[in-house]
Amino acid sequence: MNTVNSTATAGHASTSTALGTVANWITTTDHKKIGRLFVGASALWMLNIVGVGIALGIERIAPDTAIFNSNSVTQLFAMLRTGATFGVLLPLALGFGIAVVPTQVGSKSLSFARLAMFGFYAWLIASGLVIGSIVANGGPGGGNPQMVDLYLMGVGVGVVGVIAASVSLLTTVLTSRQTGLSMLEIPMFSWSVFVAAISLVLTLPVLLGSLIYVAVDHHYGRLVFGGNEGIDMWLGWGFSQPQTFLYVIPAIGLLAELAPVAARIRQPLRGAMLVGVGLVSTAIFGSVTQTPHVFVWGGSLSDKLKSAIPYAWFNLLPVLGVVIVTLLSLLAIQKGKTRLIAPLVPTFLGVGMIVVGMAGNAVQKIESAKLAGSVFEEAAVTYIAYGAMLCAWGAISYFGPALWGRKIPDASVIGIGALGLFATVLASAPYYFAKDQVAGVVSDFDYSGPQTLFNTVVSAGHVLMALCLLSAIAISIKSLSSGETVSATVWSDQ
Amino acid sequence: MSTTTSHALPSGAQPAPRSSILVATSAIAAAGTMLMFGMLAMWFKFRDASPLRESAGGKMIHDWLPSDIKIPEVATNTMAFTMVIACVMAQWAVYSTRRNDSSHATLALAITSFIGIAAINAQVAVYLQMDMGLTDGAYQTMFYTITGTMLTLLVTGVTFSIVAMFRAVAGRLGDSSVMSAHALYWYFLTAVFVALWFVVYVQK
Repeated sequence: MNTVNSTATAGHASTSTALGTVANWITTTDHKKIGRLFVGASALWMLNIVGVGIALGIERIAPDTAIFNSNSVTQLFAMLRTGATFGVLLPLALGFGIAVVPTQVGSKSLSFARLAMFGFYAWLIASGLVIGSIVANGGPGGGNPQMVDLYLMGVGVGVVGVIAASVSLLTTVLTSRQTGLSMLEIPMFSWSVFVAAISLVLTLPVLLGSLIYVAVDHHYGRLVFGGNEGIDMWLGWGFSQPQTFLYVIPAIGLLAELAPVAARIRQPLRGAMLVGVGLVSTAIFGSVTQTPHVFVWGGSLSDKLKSAIPYAWFNLLPVLGVVIVTLLSLLAIQKGKTRLIAPLVPTFLGVGMIVVGMAGNAVQKIESAKLAGSVFEEAAVTYIAYGAMLCAWGAISYFGPALWGRKIPDASVIGIGALGLFATVLASAPYYFAKDQVAGVVSDFDYSGPQTLFNTVVSAGHVLMALCLLSAIAISIKSLSSGETVSATVWSDQ
Repeated sequence: MSTTTSHALPSGAQPAPRSSILVATSAIAAAGTMLMFGMLAMWFKFRDASPLRESAGGKMIHDWLPSDIKIPEVATNTMAFTMVIACVMAQWAVYSTRRNDSSHATLALAITSFIGIAAINAQVAVYLQMDMGLTDGAYQTMFYTITGTMLTLLVTGVTFSIVAMFRAVAGRLGDSSVMSAHALYWYFLTAVFVALWFVVYVQK
């Protein structure tokens, strides 16, 4: 009888503990938990977009490969674009920021932690609405009007959530720093998250404004903004370059943080490094004008200058910021007594991929290159999204000990990082050369020549990235739940 | 024991107060400004893209505001003026709070809330007097969307005022940054409304 009672009690206790754990997580105001919720949920989006990438790649291999109907293909492209930016880049940036920044600036907690938690739930609900509506033929160009409305509402709710989380983050950096820690002395990662948060607070409301117009018009009259076909035209800039540059600023900040740690010196020219990270945020100007600033080589010298100056201002200045950060990181590594730290590898490779994506955007905006409307842009987005995923892998391995108290094995970090680089290049590079392949379609282009090869390689790249992702998730779960424990924090190296 | 006490280091200086609520409200005000200015930019874009027509005075103007629609200027101008007064009231609440004067702070916040409700009422009156359908045309759709968004921001402002008023009634005046944040929000609302008023109701 006693045994039965004790078993029942134990079972009840274990159920209570499990429920308590769940309740604790879903109502938490602990910044580390909120950050991890963002990062964990974004992993699902990563698997989603990699799967969509594989499906679209296979669909484009040969003209007789028809897995999906034309409506589904349009929706899959919408899923790829929305997912890469809204589902992956934004939550990764916010998640790592929320988890790490309070600790780095010496704050016990996040300012307005419940606002950040609201941001997470808004983003999560929005993710469900966006995926559900796209699956039901409701994304941009979708044929189901109710689902298109749902898609617009989903994106709107998600944007509000991201703004809320960004407000919480930037308030933490501005008001909760340890006494005596000036803004210029905060760690580079925190600085980059701060810059990204400000950039998001200033640009996403403009997207929200356009979204409100488009949603009202779509729901009621479809008189002004082109109905479902106009969604990409009016809102597409929020999921494309240069707006995506703002989403990856924390990835660039992570490199700036890791390089001096690996080099075991103080960052040389730290002020220039701060400026470099800040310069990436000049992408704000290119975004909110909602116009591609194309360089046209023609006419008089005055005409050329009139075209070159805005082109350089809107497209090249953010790239200059990343180049400055990369060069200064290399300078630190060259000047210091550098030893290889595993997180630096995927981060450095990831930022390299981001730079290639940003450079691709700059090339695409040169009119004489004739790349507009081709798959070139898809390649640039893939470079940036997959590059950011590599940086996220670096962030998990670097911040893991501080967040979980356990370490991911160095060999796994470096191995998956290298494999991820290979996958990113395979999934993106062919489309930098496939200028004859039209974007957003799977059949209306000439299959003669190397197109079949390009599409096959891209599919293989997405498959490889899926394997990397699954491996990274499995290794993270295993290592961070039962791996080698660490006592020191990640910042003890500095 | 006394020796130990005499050698003990003095406590560090108190950290400077950093008003989280004020900073967060500033960020939200910046976001709200970008939201409304982005929407006004779209308004400009569509207005400038509309075809030209000859006005009653013989001038060539953009055929944007349908000729049969009259904007009730008394109501809209009154809204703009009362919004400015709301800022003065919100600042009065800050002044009273710093002097720990609960009754004046409560009165100031009550007037601010009342003005906010009056502005919402005036906006509804404008809708009724203009008597146009949301789907009647491009102008109508954009008019209702941009003014509706402004109305939503106004409702949040009134809610903020009511919450701040209950704090004042309860005598929670120790942290004046809440009142400063409240005043800042109303400054933002007024600035944005004046811009909207000038573009939508004056320039048309």
